[in-house]
Amino acid sequence: MALRPAGDYDRSYGQDMSILRQPWQRVAAVLGLLVIFTLPIWGNAYLTITANRILYTVVTVQGLNVLTGMTGQISLGQAAFMLVGGYAAALSMTYLGVSVILALPIAALGAGLVGLFFGLPSLRVRGFYLAMATLAAQFIIPWLTRHIFPELLGGSSGRIEVPVPAIGGIVFNEVHRVFYLSLTVVIITTVLLVNIKRTKLGRALIAIRDNDLAAGLLGVNAFTYKLRAFFIAALLAGLAGGLKAISQRSVGTELGYGLNESILFLGMLVVGGLGHSLGPFLGVTTLILLEDLANFTGSFMASLFPEYSTNLLTSFRPIFFGLVLILFLIFEPRGLAHRWELLKASWRLRPFAR
Amino acid sequence: MNWVLVPQQLVTGVLNGGTIALIALGLVLIFKASEVYNFAHGHLVMLGAYLTWWFAVGNNVMDLPLWAAMLLAIVASVLVGLLIERLALRPMTGQPTLSIILITLGLAQLIEGLVAIFFGPQPKSDFPTPFSPSDVIRIPFPGAFNDTIILRQSLVATFVVAALATLAFMLFFRYTKAGLAMRATAENHEVAQGVGIRVSHIFGLSWAIAGVIATIGGVLLATLTGVSINMATVVLIAFPAVLLGGLESFPGAIIGGLCVGLVQALVLASGNVDVRNSAEIAPYVLLLIVLVLRPEGLFGQKRIERI
Repeated sequence: MALRPAGDYDRSYGQDMSILRQPWQRVAAVLGLLVIFTLPIWGNAYLTITANRILYTVVTVQGLNVLTGMTGQISLGQAAFMLVGGYAAALSMTYLGVSVILALPIAALGAGLVGLFFGLPSLRVRGFYLAMATLAAQFIIPWLTRHIFPELLGGSSGRIEVPVPAIGGIVFNEVHRVFYLSLTVVIITTVLLVNIKRTKLGRALIAIRDNDLAAGLLGVNAFTYKLRAFFIAALLAGLAGGLKAISQRSVGTELGYGLNESILFLGMLVVGGLGHSLGPFLGVTTLILLEDLANFTGSFMASLFPEYSTNLLTSFRPIFFGLVLILFLIFEPRGLAHRWELLKASWRLRPFAR
Repeated sequence: MNWVLVPQQLVTGVLNGGTIALIALGLVLIFKASEVYNFAHGHLVMLGAYLTWWFAVGNNVMDLPLWAAMLLAIVASVLVGLLIERLALRPMTGQPTLSIILITLGLAQLIEGLVAIFFGPQPKSDFPTPFSPSDVIRIPFPGAFNDTIILRQSLVATFVVAALATLAFMLFFRYTKAGLAMRATAENHEVAQGVGIRVSHIFGLSWAIAGVIATIGGVLLATLTGVSINMATVVLIAFPAVLLGGLESFPGAIIGGLCVGLVQALVLASGNVDVRNSAEIAPYVLLLIVLVLRPEGLFGQKRIERI
């Protein structure tokens, strides 16, 4: 709970539980949402595409936040669960002919069930060992999509087309329309996840993170709660995968569902702030913008030294990401969200604190 | 099963497993000394191979023979190992597992990017390997395909070098004063400190040795497959080997490495095309089985946890 000045106290349960406490916070929230909602109108194509990418990545990192940030289980397979979601969305739209309103939940559920399966080793192992189990998922799932049901899943070419989704008369054929779909999903998941910490489930997950044996002694069935965390994480990965598939109009192992992406998601979570509901937003935005900065730096350096252009074009991405990840882990392991909290606290305590 | 292929694949698998075992040994070394799960080890392997290539043929100044280039590369990767320990992992002492894993993943990315900038991202085909692919040893073996087992000389040589390096390392660990200090540190940091061992120096030493092992492994891999950025993925096969053998056990790492090599080779001897295709994920299937049946591995210690 945040530090508050003396005399500032709640007068009702509703006030105590409210997330937006002050009238100005509500105004700011409405204005902020308004700015984001109109982004495709005032922003250019680059801004809209990047914002859409940030939005669906936020969903998957939010899932990872439940599993890694809140429950303390390391997952190196989040991207593979996204792949499952992408395939589930694409296949259900193509062959079952369902609308996107149904396809996204199908994607989420399909990925969630697969996630549940790979969460099973958490019965016996934890920490690094569990990370290895999810690493196995990260390799086995893409391999399966390339080798089973080749006529459905695209076979060795490893990609299938995704039909253009439509709700009623609205056809999601351009990024600025898919943007609204992603935004809606993000708003729903955010509201649910901000509140998850206040439920029995959220408290149990945090107890498991802090010490799963102690949580077990307190009557929390660590295994079933870990499985639930795996399910939620894969569920959100599936949603994000569906959105990514719709945005890219195709889905497949070559389109950014590899181990590097899984590591990137973990990095985003750490940079943003583990276990903080603001973390995914800050981390994803920072690292996606950093990626664009790295690409820009790469092409700029390549234009300066054309004879080394192949060396320079793509190399800055891993360097920037690795450096930022290392520096954050050493100097600010609680991430940007913690910095934001400090900033707010110092503003509240002004002039008594820096 | 395609039984005529089995004898050939058995031998190939064991020979391949030698290199995997050597790389797995580096992982176990770092874990035992400092409880760090080193996901960057594969990138150290890759760096070692690139450095050797650069000292041998990549630069335009010197034209060194392979052994001299390898020596220089070993010196360079010892420095890299020491730098990594001092700058990245020393500040992380006492942090949770997740942070340790993530910092080695970050290091891996950093090394990958730097290698791509300095040496170029495209694979190097001109690694000065002393063998050509046609150098083979034929051993008559009734019952095998064509009644002979064909061994690539490079494969035999890498296995011999890997075995020698492993032996040298085990002797060092068993009989030298530094090895004794490392074993003491692996057992208990505080007690080791109590008897006058500088634990931070031991951490540095183990990273330096890991650099040496990684470079040797990198050169061995390079003679088999050539030099490329993708060499780093070998760590993802070495991890199943380590888990199979048990995280704290050197003999376990060796046996685990050989087992992973064998499994990969035997899967290729299958009569079913789908099973043959699964050679790339076979180590991970093995890993899942180990995790479910015996999470501490064949020779690992079961840990008792207290609250």
